Amino acid sequence: MRDVAIIATAQTKHVRAATALNEVEMIQPVIQDVIERSGVDRHGFDFTCSGSSDYLAGQPFSFVMTLDAVAAWPPISESHVEMDGAWALYEAWVKIQTGHADTALVYSYGKSSPGDLPRVLSRMLDPYYEAPLWLTSIDVGALQARAMIDAGLTSEAAMADIAHRSRTAAGVNNPHAQLTSSAEPSALLAEEYLADPLRRHDCAPVTDGGVAVVLAAGDRARELCDRPAWIRGIDHRADGHHLNFRDLTTSPSTTLAASRAGVADRPVEIAELHACFTHQEPILRTALGLGDDVEVNPSGGPLAANPMMAAGLLRLVEVADRIHTGEVSRGVAHATGGHALQHNLVAVLEGEG
Amino acid sequence: MAERTAVVGIGQTKYSAVRGDVSLPGLLREATFRALDDAQMTLADIDAIVIGKAPDFFEGIMVPEYSLVEALGAVGKPVFRVHTAGSVSGSTAIVATGLIESGVHERVLTIGWEMQSCSEAMWALSVTMPFQQQLVAGAGGYFAPYIRQYIARSGAPDDTGVLVALKDRQNALKNPYAHLHEHDISYESVKESLMLWDPIRYSETCPSSDGAIAMVLTNEVGGDAAAAEGRAPAWVHGTSFRSEPAMAAGRDQVSPQAGRDCAADVFRQAGITNPREQVDVVEMYVPFSWYEPMWLENLGFAEEGTGWQLTHDGVTAMDGDLPVNCSGGVLSTNPIGASGMIRFGEAALQVRGMAGEHQIDGARTAVGHAYGGAAQFYAMWVVGAGKP
Repeated sequence: MRDVAIIATAQTKHVRAATALNEVEMIQPVIQDVIERSGVDRHGFDFTCSGSSDYLAGQPFSFVMTLDAVAAWPPISESHVEMDGAWALYEAWVKIQTGHADTALVYSYGKSSPGDLPRVLSRMLDPYYEAPLWLTSIDVGALQARAMIDAGLTSEAAMADIAHRSRTAAGVNNPHAQLTSSAEPSALLAEEYLADPLRRHDCAPVTDGGVAVVLAAGDRARELCDRPAWIRGIDHRADGHHLNFRDLTTSPSTTLAASRAGVADRPVEIAELHACFTHQEPILRTALGLGDDVEVNPSGGPLAANPMMAAGLLRLVEVADRIHTGEVSRGVAHATGGHALQHNLVAVLEGEG
Repeated sequence: MAERTAVVGIGQTKYSAVRGDVSLPGLLREATFRALDDAQMTLADIDAIVIGKAPDFFEGIMVPEYSLVEALGAVGKPVFRVHTAGSVSGSTAIVATGLIESGVHERVLTIGWEMQSCSEAMWALSVTMPFQQQLVAGAGGYFAPYIRQYIARSGAPDDTGVLVALKDRQNALKNPYAHLHEHDISYESVKESLMLWDPIRYSETCPSSDGAIAMVLTNEVGGDAAAAEGRAPAWVHGTSFRSEPAMAAGRDQVSPQAGRDCAADVFRQAGITNPREQVDVVEMYVPFSWYEPMWLENLGFAEEGTGWQLTHDGVTAMDGDLPVNCSGGVLSTNPIGASGMIRFGEAALQVRGMAGEHQIDGARTAVGHAYGGAAQFYAMWVVGAGKP
């Protein structure tokens, strides 16, 4: 495999509703920013790949307009996934592995504000048996949280602690975050249920935002970046869909992807996890085999900012940023898609040496 | 790096306006098991699955591949979803090829599908968005002015489109999977059919279909093993996609630069310097009849302004020296999210010698082509009977 690194990143300030901006206007400055940071000529990318969702945009082929945000004239080698941008990065990584590209521009974005996000996400369920029930993403999350509590693997108090820790960390570490403070756990636990056993603080916020990265291979990466964030391993796997066939307290696909990405090969310093509910953090900690000494979501994670289709790629960005600064030498990033952690991607990022 | 890629299995559903006899998982499994049978594999042999389809609104299911995971035997496997407008399942096949070329996987299943009977695709493409140019009349209404511009530039006779439609629909009679089997079609019946978007008549436009196509791709070891057992693989000689914006100053929508660049790139990879001479058969994305001469020029099979002459001279007929769309093409079958991969798969069937009644004898080099959006997204591959 070729050595491939994240050499530059950029992201929006994540907000509840970017009302005055359409998707192109929201992501274009981020793309401009990442191109400038990368030092690659805007017409010099060998490949471009993006991730977004028509169901969020309320428009078929919504990504077509967003192509206006990149310099696609003269024409470019380009592709798009209807998944989180972490999978756009994966496609770009594969493209570089084929030898057809040495550099790639990757971006993703989502505006969740125009619709009722939990109900929109209910349309991901199996159309024959589950979608007609209109189970929202929070309803499915609550079923999973209940299973976790019943199995003794977490508690409402532990979940409140995770919410408090994440949003407090965002206030300290993350200027892009949407939520940057939290009431004390005891106060959080006094709030009403949104969907028993989930309270509002257990759920990721509804966010508009986007993210972009530049990948480069080998010497090109070293030439463009003082301290590239090398992708030492990356893999993704799916679990089944039907909730009644799954043990919702585990994430076998994350474990498999982590094993193939080599998470356990060397000690991990930080992990950025795409856990959209507090109770998913312990599921992922276990699935990834992370020790208690691993700092999870120093950025605040999705509980502090959850731009759909970008929140997974943001996990890689948050680890890469800390490698670029030299703060960290090895970290794990996780991205997810579907309900209740159905589809999971795991990447191991390392600094040189 | 750069492993050779072989197509060792291809499976298609019967295409029709409404496949009411199968569920959505059933539709994909029909194509998948035919491809696996062809490859003499089972789902257990597959390392990864790459799926493409057009907008999720067509069926009203958001990222439908997630609810298809069990039906496709994909639990514990990488499942990947590509979405690049009408070219999507061509792009999907290219992404799947990348997984083999890169050495990441050895056996990849790739599927393109659409169940258009779930909705009215033409209007699903024409939703009104705030502050955006309104499409109003579906794809045909969008493309008709560029066809008129092509006629004005080239001086093509006004029945060129009629000849293309007649040829493709007659070719479809030789393809048991094709949606339209119009046994009574004639030059007159096409010419007298209703004018929808001048100059596109009803019989010169693609149908709306349900259907799926699946392909099994392997590395060189897998391709050699299939060949050793007498099952001819198709070898991938080149892949390319290109995109350009819907609107850009100087953009030529009659012969877009992205299409020219895509063809030049894929022919360079395949070592093709004279496509007209070196390519034996072409499956081109022709949803409206006039796009045959337009793409012949855009892809470099004919000089600018002369593509229509190939159509009129019978060059693109099955007995011509550059047969185009022997399967009946998009004009006879159009499940949008499958149409690109059907072009790629039909090209592979030709070089494998497995295209049945619409086989071109001795075809060794074939081109699959797809386009989408406002004629701005392109995906192509070149496949050969021999190794690259």
